[in-house]
Amino acid sequence: MNARHESILNHAGSRWLWIALALSLVSLLAYALHSPAVPPNGGTWLGYTLGTIAGLLILWLMFFGIRKRSYSGTSNLRGWLSAHVYLGTALILIALLHAGFQVGWNLHTFFLVLMLLVIVSGFFGVYCYLRYPTLMTRNRESATRSAMLEEIGELDQNALALADGIDPKVHGIVLRSIQNTRLGGGVLAQLRARDDSDAALAGIRAALEAREKSQAAAGGAKSGQTIFAMVDFLASGTNDRQAEALRKLIDLLSRKKVLASRVARDIQYQALMEVWLYIHVPLSFATVAALFAHVVSVFFYW
Amino acid sequence: MSERFRIAIVGSGPGGLSAAARAAERGESHVLLEAEPHLSNTIYRYQKGKFVMDEPGILPLRSPVPFKAGSRESILGAWDEAAARLKINVRHGHEVSAIKKREDGSFELKCANGATIEAQFVVLGIGLQGNIRKLGVPGEDLPFVQYQLDDPDEYEGETIVVVGAGDAAIENAVALAKQNNVVIVNRRDEFARAKKGNEAAILKAIEDGAIECYYNAAPERVDALSVGRKKGRLILSTPNGKAQLLIDRVIGRLGATAPRSFVEACGVTFPSKDPAAVPAISPQYESNVKGLYIVGALGGYPLIKQAMNQGYEVVEYIRGERVEPADEPLLKAKLGAMPGFRSVDDTLARIQQNVRVLSHITPLQLREFMLDSDLRTPKPGDIVFRRNDYTNSFYSIVEGEVRIALDEDGKQFITLGRGEFFGEMGLISGRRRSATVTAGNGCVLIETPRRSMNRLINSVAAVKREIDEVFILRAIQSRFAPEATAAQLKDMVAGATLQKFAAGDILFNEGEVGDCLHLVRVGSLTISRNIAGKEVVLSYVPAGNYVGEMALLGESRRSATARAAIATETVRLDGESFKKLVNRMPVLKLRLQAEYRQRAASNLAMQALPAGGDIIQFLLAQGAGEATDILLIDESLCVRCDNCEKACAETHGGTSRLDREAGPTYASVHVPTSCRHCEHPHCMKDCPPDALRRAPNGEVYIADNCIGCGNCERNCPYGVIHMATKPPKKPGLLSWLLFGLGPGPGEAPYDAKKKSKEPKEKKAVKCDMCKDEKGGPACVRACPTGAAIRISPEEFPAYAQSRR
Ligand SMILES: Cc1cc2nc3c(=O)[nH]c(=O)nc-3n(C[C@H](O)[C@H](O)[C@H](O)COP(=O)(O)OP(=O)(O)OC[C@H]3O[C@@H](n4cnc5c(N)ncnc54)[C@H](O)[C@@H]3O)c2cc1C
Ligand code: HEM
Ligand code: HEM
Ligand code: SF4
Ligand code: SF4
Repeated sequence: MNARHESILNHAGSRWLWIALALSLVSLLAYALHSPAVPPNGGTWLGYTLGTIAGLLILWLMFFGIRKRSYSGTSNLRGWLSAHVYLGTALILIALLHAGFQVGWNLHTFFLVLMLLVIVSGFFGVYCYLRYPTLMTRNRESATRSAMLEEIGELDQNALALADGIDPKVHGIVLRSIQNTRLGGGVLAQLRARDDSDAALAGIRAALEAREKSQAAAGGAKSGQTIFAMVDFLASGTNDRQAEALRKLIDLLSRKKVLASRVARDIQYQALMEVWLYIHVPLSFATVAALFAHVVSVFFYW
Repeated sequence: MSERFRIAIVGSGPGGLSAAARAAERGESHVLLEAEPHLSNTIYRYQKGKFVMDEPGILPLRSPVPFKAGSRESILGAWDEAAARLKINVRHGHEVSAIKKREDGSFELKCANGATIEAQFVVLGIGLQGNIRKLGVPGEDLPFVQYQLDDPDEYEGETIVVVGAGDAAIENAVALAKQNNVVIVNRRDEFARAKKGNEAAILKAIEDGAIECYYNAAPERVDALSVGRKKGRLILSTPNGKAQLLIDRVIGRLGATAPRSFVEACGVTFPSKDPAAVPAISPQYESNVKGLYIVGALGGYPLIKQAMNQGYEVVEYIRGERVEPADEPLLKAKLGAMPGFRSVDDTLARIQQNVRVLSHITPLQLREFMLDSDLRTPKPGDIVFRRNDYTNSFYSIVEGEVRIALDEDGKQFITLGRGEFFGEMGLISGRRRSATVTAGNGCVLIETPRRSMNRLINSVAAVKREIDEVFILRAIQSRFAPEATAAQLKDMVAGATLQKFAAGDILFNEGEVGDCLHLVRVGSLTISRNIAGKEVVLSYVPAGNYVGEMALLGESRRSATARAAIATETVRLDGESFKKLVNRMPVLKLRLQAEYRQRAASNLAMQALPAGGDIIQFLLAQGAGEATDILLIDESLCVRCDNCEKACAETHGGTSRLDREAGPTYASVHVPTSCRHCEHPHCMKDCPPDALRRAPNGEVYIADNCIGCGNCERNCPYGVIHMATKPPKKPGLLSWLLFGLGPGPGEAPYDAKKKSKEPKEKKAVKCDMCKDEKGGPACVRACPTGAAIRISPEEFPAYAQSRR
C-alpha cells in the first residue's frame, strides 16, 4: 500500500486525465478528418459512433452510484471517482462533436443541456470537495461537532444556574437567549445536521423545563443583544457578588456565541459538500431518461 | 470451638461448587465456605441477563452440577437447585482469612466472621476476582450500600455518594450524575490512578458542578435513618472536619484485593513476580503444600467448564481414585498423529524428554500446554512459515529437523534438530517472521499459540532464561553475521545483556561517546537530533533493527539521540567485542557501511523538513508507535461522507468498527478511533478462551469462541472494541436500491428478535482489517476521495515527507 494520500485528481499519476485527454484527442482528430456529404451531425457514421460512446459513458457514469454502495471487490473507489470526473468532463466534447454542434429548440438539445447541467454540477462538487474539507478542519479546532454541541449545552446550563442566583429578569434574558439558539435551521443545513442539534436542544429544553416549573419566562432579546443587556446591569451597579456573577455570565455567553457560530459554519460546510449531490443525482436520472427519449426519437422520426 | 471435616472447599465458584457437589454425591464429609451470601460470586456479578458461554465446546462436562450455555440467571438458578438437591454443606458469609497447616498435617481455616474449621484436605477455588473491598466502616452492609452498579439509568433523582477514585468509581459517578445528585469521595487529592479519559471526565464534571467531590476524605460511618426523606446518613472525615451527608445510596468502588497474597500466606509459592504467573500444581491439582489443592481460575484455568471438571476430578484424587482427566480424549486425538503413538502419558513423557525447554515444566503444565498446542507433522520440503508472515506461534521440534533460511533466496540456512525450538523472534518482537522455515526429514513439531507460550515464559523462570539465551544468539547471528558460527560469536553473546526501557526513556544522547549498540527486541525507538533548540525526529526504528553502530564504525560520538517510543526491550551489545567482530569480517563491515550511508541520507532528507518530524511525533504521541497498521485520514481530502464507516458496517454485519470523527488531528492528519493492530495487542492480554488472534497478514481479530466477558474491551487503550449481538441477514443492495427493501447500505439490519426478551449472546467485535475481503480494508477502498489510508509505522518517515 502506498504511504501517502492521493486525491481524485492525481490518483495513480492522474491516469484518467490522460485517458480522457486521449479519448478527446482521438474524437477531435476523427471529427476533423471526417468529411461527410452533409454537415456533420449525429446521423453520419462518426456521429453514430460518438453518440454511442457518449451514451455508454453516461450509463457507466450512472453506475458509479451502485459501485459506491457495493463494498466488496478489490478496486478503490477513489480510482472510480477519478475516472468519473475526467471521463465525465470529456463527455462535453464528445457529445458536442457527435451533434456536429447543431443545436436548436428541440428535444435533442434539451437533452444536451440537461447533460451539461449534470456535468456543471459535478464541477461544483469537485470544487466543494477540494475546498471545504480543509476549511472544516480549521473551523473545528479538533473538536467534534457533538462535543461542541455538548459544550454549548453545558454552557447554557451553567449560564442558567448562574442567572438563577442573580435576578429573575436576568434569568429571563438568558433563557430567551438559549431558546433563540437554533442550529442547523436553514433549508440546506437541515438536510443532514438536524438530528444532532435538535437532540442537544431538546436536552437543553428538558433541563430548562425541569428548572422552570414555577417561573415563567419574561423579557426579550436576541442572542446578540443579550450581552448588551448584561452590560447595562453592570453599569447600573448591583451589589458586588452579583456583578461578579454577571461578569462570569458574560464570559459564558460569549464563549457560547463563538461555539455556536462555529457549529453553524460546520453544518454549513457539510451541507455544501452534500447538497450539490441533490442536484447532480436527480438531474443525472433525468439525463438518462432523456437519453432514452433521444435515442427512441431519432430512430422513429428521423 | 471448631468443626472438623474431611474436605474443606474454599470458594463456591464453578470449581469449588463442582468439588463440593461431587463430595456430597460421594457422601464425603465436606464443607463449602463462601464469603458471599450467594453461590459463585464471579458469575453472580456478571451483568444481568448476560449470556454465559460454555467454551471450549469440544471439552465434555464432568460434574454433578449442570452447566450449559445460557443466561446468567438460568445458570445460577440451576446451580442453586443442584446445591439444594445434592445437599451440599455450604456456609455462606464465611470468608476464609487464613489457612494454617498444623503439625499433624491437617489444616485449620480461620474465617473473618470468627469461625474456625478443621479439615484434612483443602480445595482452594477462590478464582482471580479477589475480594471486593468494602467501606471498612460501621454500616458497610446496609441495604442501600452497594458495591456494584449494573444500570446507572435505573436511578433517578437520588443523592448518591460514590466512594473511590478508580475507573469504575469515575464511570459510575459520571453516568449517575445525569439524573442524580452525585458526590464522589476520594481518599487522595487527585484522580491519577484512572485512565486519562476518565480523569478528564471527572475533573470536568467536578468543575462544572455536576458532581461534588471531597478530596482527602474518607467515610467514617453509615447510618440508616427511619425518618425524613433520605434513607441514610454518611459521616465523612475531611480535612476541614467532619461532614454529614443525607443520602439515598452509597456505592463503594474500591477495587478488589488480589487473591495472590492470601494464597501465598497459605504457603503456596508462585514461580515469579509476574502478575500473570500461576502457582505450580501437580497433575492431581495439588500445590506445593501437601493436602492443599487448587482448582479453577486461580490455577490458570480461566473457563467455567474447565473449573467444573477440575472440581470433580480433585475430589476423586483426594479419595485416591484414578480418573482419566476429562481432557484425555482431546489429548489422544491431538497426539495420535505422532508416529509411534502408544499412550498419552507415554507421548507426553517422550516430548518432555526430547524438548529441553519443556523439561522444566510440571506434567500438568505440559498437559495444558499440549491442549492449547497443535502437533504438526509436515512432509519434508513443506514450508512451516514464511518470512514476513505475521504469525506469532512458537514451535518446538520433537523429532526430525527443520531448515531456517537466513537470506531471502534461501542459499544460506541453518538446520535445527530434535529438542530445539524456533519462532521465538516473532513471539517476542510481535513482528513479522524474519525467516522462512522449511521442514526436513521426519519432522514432528509442536506449535503453541502466543498466549500459552507467554504464560509459560512468565510462570517458569527456566523457560524464560533458555529462550532469552537462544534469542540473543540468533538475533546477533541473523542480523549481523549469518556467515559466522556460534563459536565465533561466543564473545559477543557472552557480553550481551537484555535491557528494558519505558516509553520516553533515552538509550543514548546525541554527543555522548558510544560504547555499545542496541538491537531492538520488543517495541520501537525514535532517532532525533537537536536542531535549533528543538528536538526533531528523524526516523523510527522498529523491533528487529539495531541502533548505535554509527559511533562504533567511524565517529566515536553519537550523532543523534535514541529514545524508546513505547515500552521497549533491547539486546545491548558491547562495543569492543562488536568492533573485533567487524574487523574480523570484512563482509560485515561493508554491509554495515552501506546501511549506514542509507540511514544518513534519509536522516538528512528528514532534517531538511522539520515539519515532517512533528507529524511523526504527533503520531507517536497517539500511541502509533506500537501499531502495525494504522488508519489515517487526511482531513483536507475527507468530505465527511462517512462512506468509510458505511463500508465497515456493510462488510461487518451492520456495526461499524470505526469511528471516523472521533480522535485527534494534527496538520490535517486525523487519527480516527480504529484498531491499530498493535505489535503486542493489549486486548489479547486477558482473554479467557484465547479468542483474540493474529492472522498471517497481521490482522488482530476475534475468533468465534469469544465468550463476551468484555476484558478486551476494557484492556484496549484505544477504545476500539465493542460488545455486539450477532446481526441477522440483510437483503441485497439491488433490492434496496430498486424496491427500498430492508435497511440501506451502512445501516444496521432490522432485528426481528429485538422485542423478544430472550437473552442474546453478545460478543466482542473489532476491526479485522477486512482480512476476508480480497481487496483489503473496506474503509480505504470505499473512500471516494482518497482521504483514508492505512500505513505501518515503518512508513511514517516517508509519509511525513509526502506531506508538506
Ligand atoms: C465478565 C466475565 C464474563 C465471563 N464469561 C464467561 C463465559 O461466558 N464462559 C466461561 O466459561 N467463562 C466466563 N468467564 C470466566 C469465568 O467466570 C471464570 O473462569 C470462573 O468463574 C472461574 O471459576 P472459579 O471457580 O475458579 O472461581 P470464581 O468463579 O471466581 O469463584 C470464586 C468464589 O470464591 C469466593 N471467594 C473468594 N475468596 C474467598 C475467601 N477468602 N473465602 C471464601 N470464599 C472466597 C468468591 O466469592 C467466589 O464466589 C467470565 C469472566 C468474567 C469476569
Ligand atoms: C450523450 C449522449 C448524446 C447526446 C448529448 C446527444 C445529443 C445530440 C444532439 C444535440 C443532436 C443534434 C440534434 C439536432 O440535430 O438538432 C443529436 C443528434 C443525433 N443523435 Fe445524439 N446524442 C447523444 C447520444 C446519441 C446516441 C446514443 C445515438 C444513437 C445511437 C444518437 C443518435 C443521434 C442521431 C441519429 C442524431 C441525428 C439527428 C438529426 O440529425 O436530426 N445520439 N444528438
Ligand atoms: C452526465 C454525466 C454524469 C453523470 C450521469 C453522473 C452521475 C453521477 C452519479 C449517479 C453519482 C452518484 C452519486 C451518489 O449516488 O451519491 C455521481 C457522483 C459524483 N459525480 Fe457525477 N455524473 C456525471 C458527470 C460528472 C462530472 C463531469 C463530474 C465532475 C467533474 C462529476 C462528479 C461527481 C462527483 C464528485 C460525485 C460524488 C462522489 C461521491 O462523493 O460519492 N460527475 N455522479
Ligand atoms: S483492539 Fe486495541 S489493543 Fe487490540 S490490537 Fe486493536 S488497538 Fe491494539
Ligand atoms: S470515506 Fe473517506 S471521505 Fe468519506 S468520511 Fe471516510 S475518510 Fe472521509
